[in-house]
Amino acid sequence: MEPVLKVQNLGMNFGGLRALDDLDLDVDKNEIVALIGPNGAGKTTFFNCITGIYPPTDGDVLIFTHGSDRPERINGIKPNRVTEKGLARTFQNIRLFPNMTVLENVMIGRHCRMHAGVLGAILRGKSTIKEEKKAVEDSYAILEKIGLAQFVDEFAKNLPYGAQRRLEIARAMATEPFLLLLDEPAAGMNPNETQELDELIKQIRDEEGISILLIEHDMKLVMSLSDRIFVVDYGKKIAQGTPEEVRNNPVVIKAYLGEEVDA
Amino acid sequence: MDYFLELFLGGLTRGSIYALIALGYTMVYGIIGLINFAHGEIYMIGAFTALIVISVLTLMGMNTLAILVIAGVIAVIYSSAYGYTVEKIAYKPLRNAPRLSALISAIGMSLFLQNYVLLAQTSDFLPFPCLIPDFEFMEPYAHIIGSTEIVILITTAVVMVLLTIMIKFTKIGKAMRATSQDKTMAMLVGINVNRVISVTFIVGSATAAIGGVLIASHVGMINFYVGFIAGIKAFVAAVLGGIGSIPGAVLGSFILGWTESFATGYVSSDYEDVFAFLFLVLILIFRPAGILGRSEKYKI
Amino acid sequence: MIKFNEIKRAFLVSIWFMFLTFPIMVIRVNPVERIVEWRWKNMILVGIGSFLLSFVWNYLMKRKELGVKKTEAGEETGTIPLAQRILGEKRIYIPGLVAIGVFTMVFPLIFSMYQTTIMTTALIYVMLGLGLNIVVGLAGLLDLGYVAFYAVGAYAYALLNYHFGLGFWMALPIGGVLGAIFGILLGFPVLRLRGDYLAIVTLGFGEIIRIILENWNEFSFGPSGIANIPRPSLFGIDLSVHSSIIYIYYIMIALCLFTVFVVNRLQDSRIGRAWIALREDEVACEAMGIDKAKTKLTAFSLGATWASMAGVMFAAKTTFVNPASFTIWESIMILCIVVLGGMGSIIGVIAGALVLILTPEYLRAFSEYRMLAFGTMLVVMMIFRPGGFIPNVRRVYKFEGVKSADKS
Ligand SMILES: Nc1ncnc2c1ncn2[C@@H]1O[C@H](COP(=O)(O)OP(=O)(O)O)[C@@H](O)[C@H]1O
Ligand SMILES: [Mg+2]
Repeated sequence: MEPVLKVQNLGMNFGGLRALDDLDLDVDKNEIVALIGPNGAGKTTFFNCITGIYPPTDGDVLIFTHGSDRPERINGIKPNRVTEKGLARTFQNIRLFPNMTVLENVMIGRHCRMHAGVLGAILRGKSTIKEEKKAVEDSYAILEKIGLAQFVDEFAKNLPYGAQRRLEIARAMATEPFLLLLDEPAAGMNPNETQELDELIKQIRDEEGISILLIEHDMKLVMSLSDRIFVVDYGKKIAQGTPEEVRNNPVVIKAYLGEEVDA
Repeated sequence: MDYFLELFLGGLTRGSIYALIALGYTMVYGIIGLINFAHGEIYMIGAFTALIVISVLTLMGMNTLAILVIAGVIAVIYSSAYGYTVEKIAYKPLRNAPRLSALISAIGMSLFLQNYVLLAQTSDFLPFPCLIPDFEFMEPYAHIIGSTEIVILITTAVVMVLLTIMIKFTKIGKAMRATSQDKTMAMLVGINVNRVISVTFIVGSATAAIGGVLIASHVGMINFYVGFIAGIKAFVAAVLGGIGSIPGAVLGSFILGWTESFATGYVSSDYEDVFAFLFLVLILIFRPAGILGRSEKYKI
Repeated sequence: MIKFNEIKRAFLVSIWFMFLTFPIMVIRVNPVERIVEWRWKNMILVGIGSFLLSFVWNYLMKRKELGVKKTEAGEETGTIPLAQRILGEKRIYIPGLVAIGVFTMVFPLIFSMYQTTIMTTALIYVMLGLGLNIVVGLAGLLDLGYVAFYAVGAYAYALLNYHFGLGFWMALPIGGVLGAIFGILLGFPVLRLRGDYLAIVTLGFGEIIRIILENWNEFSFGPSGIANIPRPSLFGIDLSVHSSIIYIYYIMIALCLFTVFVVNRLQDSRIGRAWIALREDEVACEAMGIDKAKTKLTAFSLGATWASMAGVMFAAKTTFVNPASFTIWESIMILCIVVLGGMGSIIGVIAGALVLILTPEYLRAFSEYRMLAFGTMLVVMMIFRPGGFIPNVRRVYKFEGVKSADKS
């Protein structure tokens, strides 16, 4: 198996609170991995540490780009550098650019793969025009793939909730990631939308060859999608394995006491 | 040595005044996360109201101590009323708007109040009578510290203690702390957030008015513009101490007061205001959370 | 129908304001001559005024709430602003543009020197407004020390001319570059700060620069400033006062057109999109691969460049600079221009500058109340019309753009 992300002994303190404690996790190429755990377990914090929003207190975040087996340590680099390196994410609480159109939102994702600077913008030479045109086309193509083409000129804030979640995915895809981090992508979706999301995520993995790490509470979705599952509670990893293994793990059942774990 | 002591006490006095104003900034920021640009103007209006009351009462021939007390009380009442009204008009409608909007509105309010006083009164500096008599027992130390300064120091100390008691032990104080932690949660547990915000503005404005009257009688003159610079400096003090923290505001004020006092005493008085601003820039760059403030990491 | 409740409320409001304004509005003291003047008339005026304004306020508030509800319910408000409609209509706006163009070109020929000078001043503010619009309107950075860069340009020309005899045409680009450098130097440390701190720190920088100019006599000649700055020359020929006023007017027109051109191109570019995204959500912006610091710095220093070039123009126009021209109120006035016109909107900012600069010039009676009006305006606009009077008509990327490009 070819790893793309390897996290070792990750720890994060907020003042006295140890939100993450000695966490290990890895994602292989073309794999869909789920990170689950009760609310407040530290899942979002884990994403924030990987994507540079918080510098982790200890541990290593290693990425393997283009199949090279020499890992690159990305602890503490800025979020935009992380994205440039090929990790893109969505947010648990939707964070679109509400007063920009759907197309523009996706074009912002293209930003780090474009080059025009201030002078280029003012002079608007051939290469700038070409780049802009290509950005529009690429963005539109992504929207078609994600199934949002009908909303292309709509303001992001006017989109239905499910579509906003998908737009976040589209925007992340536009940065050309090799690993997509999805933070509760199905939250607030109805069963129909969740079903479509299930297909979409598989399609992204299969057609684009993007690995996926997702946080999700919808166990049906998690069980159907994941190749492997990591379970965290109070910032610590309490279990890992295939969906089958995790489902039958008594520790997990105990952590979720009262919550449904059946598929 | 005497010169040093003089500067030290001068800085302490300055710091006390800044503290009285800085409290309003810090409390408002703690509760609604807004820099209340108009706070300096509230302080100026307090001083102006006091001056007007003093002039009227003096003509009526009242005795100075009675005048001082009445003028102080009326100034506090009026500043509080202005603080309350400013919040209702300029900030409340913008509570859910982007931060930038509320900030611009605050600047507008500051500009409005300055020019309101300018047009209704005068642009000239007006002499402010010194109402505090020279105490006899202070005679031997008069070359180091004046009676007015002593009164300022004592008043500030009393106000701080009262404020601390209010915030620590009273019901409204607890509601204030709860609101500053989490507005939504506070609302859910039945706290009337609007009332808490109003009270915060009223209390902050009242302390500013006390500061206004004291400094005006210390310096001996006022005009419509005194609030702006003093306000900004008090804000610097609040940031220095850690905005949102009340002990921080006091500490920051003393540090700023001493810095200004020593810098103007030993270096040059031309650049008095530059020190405050340089201070501000340096703190914000190297320690944006201030001395006693907690560095906040917003949750995502 | 106005309900009884509303009348009662307006009545209470008016009582409250009469109480509130009583000492300041009614009593005027002169402690020197020990005179107290009672102006009861003012109290009545305040009472009536606040009674009436209370209705206006309530009406506007209701309308605002209605608007919010509509958008929450997902209904399109459907009312495109008038300005936008006019701009969308080619038949109206092309002749309009031609008319305005002709008018501006012949303006100095039909109007007096005095009018031309005022117009030139207004144009300088157009330029300043458009520059600040990049910083505040597009990138959402509240810069209250903008005037510092204006001062940099003005003093750059004055001093370069005084010491080295440099002419206007040399000073203009040098001023621009100096502005950019100052923008980067000042911006670098402060742009990491949160929005409201940024406002205060930039305000502080603005004041520091002014105080230095006032006190550092050897460098800047203190409060008395620098006089006898030459007006621009035409191909090396010095013009008479009369013709150079006209000449400066045309230079200003050209500079404004240049500014509009640049800002327009910038906002429809990769950089411009990043600015707007930054204004909308910083965290998401960074997570999408945008370098926050660099993007902010670009906006900040571009804004500074424009302010500085306007400063060179100012020095050339007035032939005299001193620190009194560069107070914080100047910064706030430019902010007013941007807010009134519409943050991010080029046409809005131009209209805002013309209205705010020309009105007090022609309505002398009003000029006393100018600052009061500006303060009121900032508050009222933020509450009821945060987008300004001519909201941003920025081209949004429509997909048709590509389809038509495919055909060609
Ligand atoms: N910026 C922060 N400052 C302080 N504590 C935080 C911050 N972000 C998260 N936490 C705390 O870390 C813990 C984990 O939160 P989070 O990662 O959001 O949980 P999850 O996403 O698993 O529901 C919680 O106790 C939360 O309060
Ligand atoms: Mg979470």
